[in-house]
Amino acid sequence: MAEVSLKQVKKSFGAAAVIHGIDLAIADGEFLVLVGPSGCGKSTLLRMVAGLEEATEGEISISGKVVTRLEPKDRDIAMVFQNYALYPHMSVYDNMAYGLRIRGLNKEEIDQRVKKAAESLQLAHLLDRKPRQLSGGQRQRVAMGRAIVRQPAVFLFDEPLSNLDAKLRVQMRIEIKRLQRSLGVTSIYVTHDQVEAMTLADRLVVMNAGKAEQIGTPMELYNHPATLFVAGFIGSPSMNFFPANAAGGTLELPGGQRWTLSRQVAAQGDVTMGIRPEHLTLAGANSPAGHAILPLYVELIEPLGAETLVHGRLEGGKAELTARVDGEAAPVKAGSTMRFAVDPRHLHLFDRTSGARLQ
Amino acid sequence: MVERRPLSNLLAHAILWFGIAIVIFPVYFTIIASTHTPQDIFNGTMGFLPGGVPSDNYVAALFAGAKQVKTTPATVMMLNSLVMALMIAVGKIAISIISAYAVVYFQFPGRMFAFWTIFVTLMLPVEVRIYPTYKVVADLGLLDSYLGLSVPLIASATATLLFRQFFMTIPDELVEASKMDGAGPMRFFWDTVLPLSRTNIAALFVILFIYGWNQYLWPLLITTDSGMDTIIVGIRRQIVTSDANTDWHIVMATAVLAMLPPVAVVVFMQRLFVKGLVETEK
Amino acid sequence: MRKVGFNNKLLPYILIAPQLAVTIVFFYWPASQAVWQSFLIQDAFGTATEFVWLENYETLFKDPSYFNALVVTVVFSTAVAALSLGVALLLAVQADKHIHGAGPYKTLLMWPYAVAPAVAGVLWLFMFQPSLGVLAKQLRGMGVDWNPLLNGTHAMILCIIAATWKQISYNFLFFLAGLQSIPKSLIEAAAIDGAGPTRRFWTVIFPLLSPTAFFLLVVNVVYVFFETFGIIDAVTHGGPAKATETLVFKVFQDGRLGGDLGGSAAQSVILMFMVIALTAIQFKYIERKVHY
Repeated sequence: MAEVSLKQVKKSFGAAAVIHGIDLAIADGEFLVLVGPSGCGKSTLLRMVAGLEEATEGEISISGKVVTRLEPKDRDIAMVFQNYALYPHMSVYDNMAYGLRIRGLNKEEIDQRVKKAAESLQLAHLLDRKPRQLSGGQRQRVAMGRAIVRQPAVFLFDEPLSNLDAKLRVQMRIEIKRLQRSLGVTSIYVTHDQVEAMTLADRLVVMNAGKAEQIGTPMELYNHPATLFVAGFIGSPSMNFFPANAAGGTLELPGGQRWTLSRQVAAQGDVTMGIRPEHLTLAGANSPAGHAILPLYVELIEPLGAETLVHGRLEGGKAELTARVDGEAAPVKAGSTMRFAVDPRHLHLFDRTSGARLQ
Repeated sequence: MVERRPLSNLLAHAILWFGIAIVIFPVYFTIIASTHTPQDIFNGTMGFLPGGVPSDNYVAALFAGAKQVKTTPATVMMLNSLVMALMIAVGKIAISIISAYAVVYFQFPGRMFAFWTIFVTLMLPVEVRIYPTYKVVADLGLLDSYLGLSVPLIASATATLLFRQFFMTIPDELVEASKMDGAGPMRFFWDTVLPLSRTNIAALFVILFIYGWNQYLWPLLITTDSGMDTIIVGIRRQIVTSDANTDWHIVMATAVLAMLPPVAVVVFMQRLFVKGLVETEK
Repeated sequence: MRKVGFNNKLLPYILIAPQLAVTIVFFYWPASQAVWQSFLIQDAFGTATEFVWLENYETLFKDPSYFNALVVTVVFSTAVAALSLGVALLLAVQADKHIHGAGPYKTLLMWPYAVAPAVAGVLWLFMFQPSLGVLAKQLRGMGVDWNPLLNGTHAMILCIIAATWKQISYNFLFFLAGLQSIPKSLIEAAAIDGAGPTRRFWTVIFPLLSPTAFFLLVVNVVYVFFETFGIIDAVTHGGPAKATETLVFKVFQDGRLGGDLGGSAAQSVILMFMVIALTAIQFKYIERKVHY
C-alpha cells in the first residue's frame, strides 16, 4: 500500500539550513496538506518527496521502499505544478500520454487511460487543443489528468490553485477533493492558503521556518493550536492576541480588567492570551454567567452581510481586537464602547517567550 | 501620432518614398542593364527602360559565364554558394544548440570556463585572423573544399548566446514535469527543447543563410580552383580593370542572380528575419 | 546556470565538444599563431626566424602606408556611420508616424541587408563607372571631372555611398524597433504638457532612443572595419594609390603579396585589439545577456 514516511529529513543549501528535520507518516489514501507562509520550506519538502530536490539528510520511503536517492521517475509519483507545466507544443492528449509513452505502455492502454481521465475531468472535447487555447481552469484539469493517467502511488500538488481567480479556486478545490476521495490515492498538497488547507486536509502540517509546528486534523489545529504561530496562522480573521498576567486563577488584562477563571491554569506570570474573533459575542443582559466581559472601544466596522467585523481597542489599554459578530445583530457604531463576552473555554494561553501552548 | 497634421503626414510619405527610390534605384538599374546587349551598355545608349534580350544574358550567365575573361557558369557558382550557406547555417545551429543546452541544463566542472571560451570569440571576426586561419585550413588539407569554406565560419558565440538566452526562458517546471514523466536529458531535448526552439531556429537560419551566402573574403582566399567559386566571388572575377574586357551584361545578370536568393529569403520570411536580426544582435 | 537541470557526468562534455573543438582549432590556435608570429622576423628564404620582441610593431608604426590605412579607415568609418545612421533615423521617424503604414515601408527598405557587400559595390561601380556609368555621365554633364579610377577622393566617395546604401536597412530596422518600443502614453503625456512634435522628438523620443543609437554606432564601426572589405575590393581594389586602403584591406593585400609574415601578423594583432576594445565598449549592453 502507498504510505509515505519521512524520517529526520533535512535540507540545506550550502550552510543555510532550510528544513530542520521533519518526521512524518502519511497513511494510505490520506490527504495531507503542508501549509505555511512563503519561505517556510513546504515546497522544498514536497520537492524532496518528488525527488526534484535531494534530501541532505534523512530517509524518505514510499510504499515501504526507501526512495531517498532515486530519480523522480522511479518513485511511482505524479505531480501537479503551480503553473501547470504543460508542454506548450503538445496537444492535451499528448500532454497526458507523454509519460505513458516513455514508460512504453502499448497504444490501446494509453488511449484507454487518457480517454477515461479526460472523461472524468470533462476534457474529452478538448483533447486536440494546445494548452494556450485553454482557460486557466481547463489547464489545471489537464495537469491533473496528466497525473491521474499515470496511476501513481502518490499525488503531489504544489500550490496548484494559486494561479486561478478566487471563484474558480473554490470550484477546483471541491473538484480536487472529490477526485482524491474517489481515487483513494495518497496525496500531499502544498499551499500557503489556510482556507484551502483546512477544507482539503485529512491532516495538515503547519510549517514555519523549516520546522513542523504542529501536525493534526483541521479541527485539532483550530481548537488546540500548539503554538502561538499555529494559533495565528489558522483561522480567518486571525486570532486576537494580547499580553496578560496570570496569578493563581486570575488573569489581569492590559486594560486593568481582571478575570477569575473557572478552570485551573498552571501558568503564572506573563502570558500571551488569544481569543478568536468569532468567539467574541455582544454581551447582553442574558449572557451566561461565567463569561468574561471585554469592553471594546469600536474604531471601525466592516459589514460583510452575513457577519460584521468589528475593529477596536480594549478599553483602558492599547491592545487591538477584532470581533466577528452576526450581521443581523444589534447595530454597532464606530466611536462607541461596546461590551463583548467570551466563554472562558475559548481562551487560549501561550508562554510569552517560547510561544508554546499552556494547558 | 498625437495630433492630426495632414501636411506633415504628406511630407513623411514623401521622405519615405524618396528614401525607397534611392534604395531601389541601383538594383532597378542593374536589372535593366541585365536585359541589354553589350553594345547598348558599352555605347551608353541603354537608358532607363528594359532592353530586349533578357533571356540571352541570363542563359549566358547561368550556363557559360563571361566570355572575355573566362569565368565559371553561374549555375555552378550558385550551387557552391548554396552548399556553403547551408553548411554554415545548419552547422552553426547544430553545434550551438547542443553546446547551449549543455551550458544551461548541466552542472559540470569547467562549465563556466567552456562558456567564456566560446563567448570571447564574439570579439574575433575571421577577418582579423585571416592568414593564420588560412594556414590551419591549408595544413588540414581543406583548401578548395566545402569543408574548408564552411567549418571555420561555423563556430561563433552569437548563436550559442541566442539559444542560451532562449533556454533560460523555458520554465523550470517543464524540466521537472519531464523528469516526472520519466524523460532523460536527451529525451527532454528532442521532445521538448527542440520543438519549442522551432521559431528561434528558423529565425537564426534566415540570418545565417544570408551571412553564409554573402561571404566574400574567406572564399576568395581559400579557393583557387575556379570550379569552387561562390557566386559573390565569381562576380568579382568577371570584372577586370580595363573596361573593354568586362562583359557588363553578364556581370549584371550574375549580380541579379546573386542577390535573388538572399533577398527572396528576407522578403518572404520577413517576420523571422527581423526576429533573427534583433535577437542575434541585442 | 539554473537551479533545475540534469545530473550526468559525461553527456555535457559530449554536447559542448564540437563547438569547443571548432573554436579552438579555428579561433584560438590561429589567433595565438598571429600573436606569436608578430614577434618574429623571417629571413628572405624562410630558413631562419628570429625573435625580435616588438620590432615588427615599430616598423609598422613608422610605415607611412600603415598610417595612411589608419586615416582612410577613420575617414571611411566616420562618414559611413554618420550618413547611414542619419538617413536611417530620418526614415524610421517618418515610418513610425504611420503605425499601420509602417509595414510596407519596412519591407521596401530592409531588403538591401540581404545584398552582399561585394555585389553592392558592383552595383554602384557600374553606375559610376567613368566611361559607361549612367550617373558618371550625368556628373560629367554637370562639369565634374568624375573619375574614381584615378581620383582618390572620388573613389572614397563611391565606397562611402555603396557602404552607406547597404547599411541603411539595418539601422532603419533597429531604429524603427526602438521607436515602436517607446510607450505611446509617454508621448501623449508630453503632448498634454504642451510639447509640439519637434520638441517631443528632442526631449522625449531621442533620449529614449539613445541606447539604440549607441549600440548601432558600435555595430556600424565594426561593419565598416570588416564587412566593407567586399565593397572596397569590388569598387576600387584599395586604389587609386592606396586612397581607399583600409586596415583590413591592407592586411589582406600585404599577406597576399607574401613575404613579411611578421608584419602581417602584427597588423592582425592590432586589429584584434581594436575589435576587443570596441566589444568592451559594447559590453555594457551585452552584459544583460551574460549576467547570471
